[in-house]
Amino acid sequence: MTVMTAQEQVAAGRHAAMAGERRTARVLIALALVTTAFLILAPLVYIFWRAFAEGTSGYWAAITTPETLHAIWLTVIVTVVVVPVNVAFGIAVAWAIARFRFPGRGLLMTIVEIPFSISPIIAGISYLLLYGRQGFLGPFLREHDITILFALPGIILVTLFVTAPFVAREVLPLMLAKGSEQEEAAVTLGARGWQVFRYVTLPGIRWALLYGAVLCAARAVGEFGGVSVVSGRVAGQTNTLPLQIELLYNEMSTSVAAFAAASTLTMIAIVALIAKTLLDSRSGHG
Amino acid sequence: MSLISSLRTAAAVAVLAAAPALAQDKILNVSYDIGRELFEALNPVFAKTWKETSGRDVTVDQSHGGSSAQARAILEGLNADVVTFNQETDIDVLVDGGLVDADWRNAFPNGASPYYSLPAFVVREGNPKGIKDWSDLVRDDVQPVFANPRTSGNARYTYLAAYAFALEANGGDEAKATEFVKKLLSNVPVFDTGARASSQTFAERNIGDVLITFEAETAGIVAQYPGLERVTPATSLFAAFPVALVRENAEKNGTVEVATAYLNWLYTPEAQRVLAAKNFRVTDKDVAAEVAAQFPEVKLLTVDVLGGWAEIKAKHFDEGGILDQVFEN
Amino acid sequence: MTVALARIRPKRVLPGFALSLGTTLLYVSVIILIPIIALMISGAGIGWDRFVRIVTSTRTLDALRVTVTAAAIATVINAFYGLLMAWVLTRYEFRGRALLDAMMDIPFALPTAVAGLALTSLFASTGWFGGPLEAAGIQVVYALPGIIIAMTFTSVPFVVRAVQPVLEDLDPALEEAAKTLGATPWQTFSKVILPAILPAWLGGCTVSMARSMGEFGAVVFIAGNLPGKTEIASLLAFIRLQEYDYRGASVIALILLVFALLLLLVSNLFQIRAARYREGGK
Repeated sequence: MTVMTAQEQVAAGRHAAMAGERRTARVLIALALVTTAFLILAPLVYIFWRAFAEGTSGYWAAITTPETLHAIWLTVIVTVVVVPVNVAFGIAVAWAIARFRFPGRGLLMTIVEIPFSISPIIAGISYLLLYGRQGFLGPFLREHDITILFALPGIILVTLFVTAPFVAREVLPLMLAKGSEQEEAAVTLGARGWQVFRYVTLPGIRWALLYGAVLCAARAVGEFGGVSVVSGRVAGQTNTLPLQIELLYNEMSTSVAAFAAASTLTMIAIVALIAKTLLDSRSGHG
Repeated sequence: MSLISSLRTAAAVAVLAAAPALAQDKILNVSYDIGRELFEALNPVFAKTWKETSGRDVTVDQSHGGSSAQARAILEGLNADVVTFNQETDIDVLVDGGLVDADWRNAFPNGASPYYSLPAFVVREGNPKGIKDWSDLVRDDVQPVFANPRTSGNARYTYLAAYAFALEANGGDEAKATEFVKKLLSNVPVFDTGARASSQTFAERNIGDVLITFEAETAGIVAQYPGLERVTPATSLFAAFPVALVRENAEKNGTVEVATAYLNWLYTPEAQRVLAAKNFRVTDKDVAAEVAAQFPEVKLLTVDVLGGWAEIKAKHFDEGGILDQVFEN
Repeated sequence: MTVALARIRPKRVLPGFALSLGTTLLYVSVIILIPIIALMISGAGIGWDRFVRIVTSTRTLDALRVTVTAAAIATVINAFYGLLMAWVLTRYEFRGRALLDAMMDIPFALPTAVAGLALTSLFASTGWFGGPLEAAGIQVVYALPGIIIAMTFTSVPFVVRAVQPVLEDLDPALEEAAKTLGATPWQTFSKVILPAILPAWLGGCTVSMARSMGEFGAVVFIAGNLPGKTEIASLLAFIRLQEYDYRGASVIALILLVFALLLLLVSNLFQIRAARYREGGK
């Protein structure tokens, strides 16, 4: 018969605590996996399940109809225009806010974030009230024969609105954290403005920039609410891919076409995620 | 500056995207929600005929949505050359906006309505609830499905048909008719914004006991979903499908000629046969006789029993009207 | 304006102030501010009486109630789910952790219309989840639970991504100290860890709430649009538009805008506190 020494008791206690911790860990990991499987993985898998319900040939036939192809094309055009513009904007915002102090700096940050937290429908309505034929600028636009709504410019404008904060949000905190000593040093050494940006600032923020661009692209590709207000839904003309999905979903036929179109967007989302994960490791992003 | 150069690129892309279309005739037909399959069948036939008669190619672009929403989009600048709607009031809105001629009803035959339909029913296999007529729709054990009457012209016809039925059944007692539509609306489990979404709700997602929609749509649903059955009520409402030239846009686009020809063509036997094949009732007497067996006998009331569209709009659909009273609460 | 800029300029070493701020102001004005001001003018132009009448109408109030209720429940779900995920992802090593981490961003990357389509079909009686749930007598699609699920899905990343970096930065010595002093795991969590992550956690929840309230694409597929029961505010604004009721639409849009701005303000306050905590901890 042995009596535990105090040290042994402490050790046993720690051992039990560790075993308890391991048990807690296992339970929590299992809980995390199960909930994620139900909440996030299942919808993702289900899209492909339904898209391929009639085999690969049915899938291929569904996404190669002229209207779906045009919707894909239109979505690509919108994204190709929107992303560079918002990258330029993101740099401008970050440069102005992170490198200078001026009155209204905080307010400007909040305004830039507005599109992020309001319903895209509100964006659509706002543009309608401004550029619509009966809107504030309607008479002027008609007089000069400028078409904005129910055409490419309107779709692009609303998408610009919705995706405006994405690049700025990524670049700004990084530039704030990095501080401006290096840039100031470069200026002191006689570098010109663009040189400072090109050789000092850009190398430091390029991954964050790219990361923001990826998020911006993913959002631009999928924009639905705002665009649905200003698109006019002309099949083969102004129907973007998300609108085309809704249209196909409402068709009196099997839902393969809708899910097939949805699967193309899902694949874009997955590619964006992979790009983002790779960029994460390069930029040391949290 | 890259912002401006990007915008310039955008403009260039926009021009390029529009350029190939200038080589031929091109019109935009803005239409109601469930007309997509119909006009997909009609447009190629018209393109062929137009090529033969004028020697020119034509593309007819389509835009479909709730017809009131579509009219709103045109008011805000959607560049429609023609409209093919299912509700006269939606065209009158365009008249008020100065886009359509005030006497559009006389611009084409039959009050500018080349074809018509009526609200009819689709029920589950074997009609387990024994639904035969409008009076069955207000039973406590029956869940009817149709779209939001505020956003869907199709659903407004359903609402008006029910009201007209109740008015007739109760010897013109408006209070009783109002009570009837109130009960009907309160039995509906889901109001989708468009008629097609309602069809999906009923057929695909198994909600409700009876779907009320245009007869033409009921045929399509039954063909697509075996087991569902059509029921045509003994009485229903004549639903005109008016068409109009959107003159302001057509003049700007230089498409008055082809757009007018398109709408006139809808009255030809060639087009009427396509319409009948899609289960719309047609106005051409010869074609109507050919396809008579396809359509059950119905006693059709017209909107005149409700006082015509102007009165209907003021009494039912304007703010504070009967629809507001029975739908809001 | 030029005068003001000229007055400040001599203090700066770096170039590009006028260019970057000018570009920013121009872009922010054209793309964000002017449309929103158009909305506000249109909403304000209807007069106070009508404004109040629209805001206090049963339908509007019901839509706001449904929106706030569903968004609040979705936010509570995400508060716990997000905390769990952030904890598991930062504290444990296991196979598939990187993949699980990447999956947290799916709701951001996936278009909301696609999410709506997938969730609606999944929970419909013909879908994988809808069948069993219906057999158990639970109606999800076209009912409040459906809206909550759609909102939960689309705002998953907010809480996770807010809490994760704070948990990573947390000094392990603090927890070790608590343990050595005999604290139970729960005490360690509630007394040491929770206070540290609280600002970030609440900030994440606030943004999650804002996003849920504004969500349209995913909800519109699954909601069922029943006035008073499953009609959310952004959908009501959309319906008002379809009915030509511009004033009604812009008033509802304005209310949502005010909610969003308030939540944004609250979240910024939390962010400042979270940043202060992190800086103080280092």
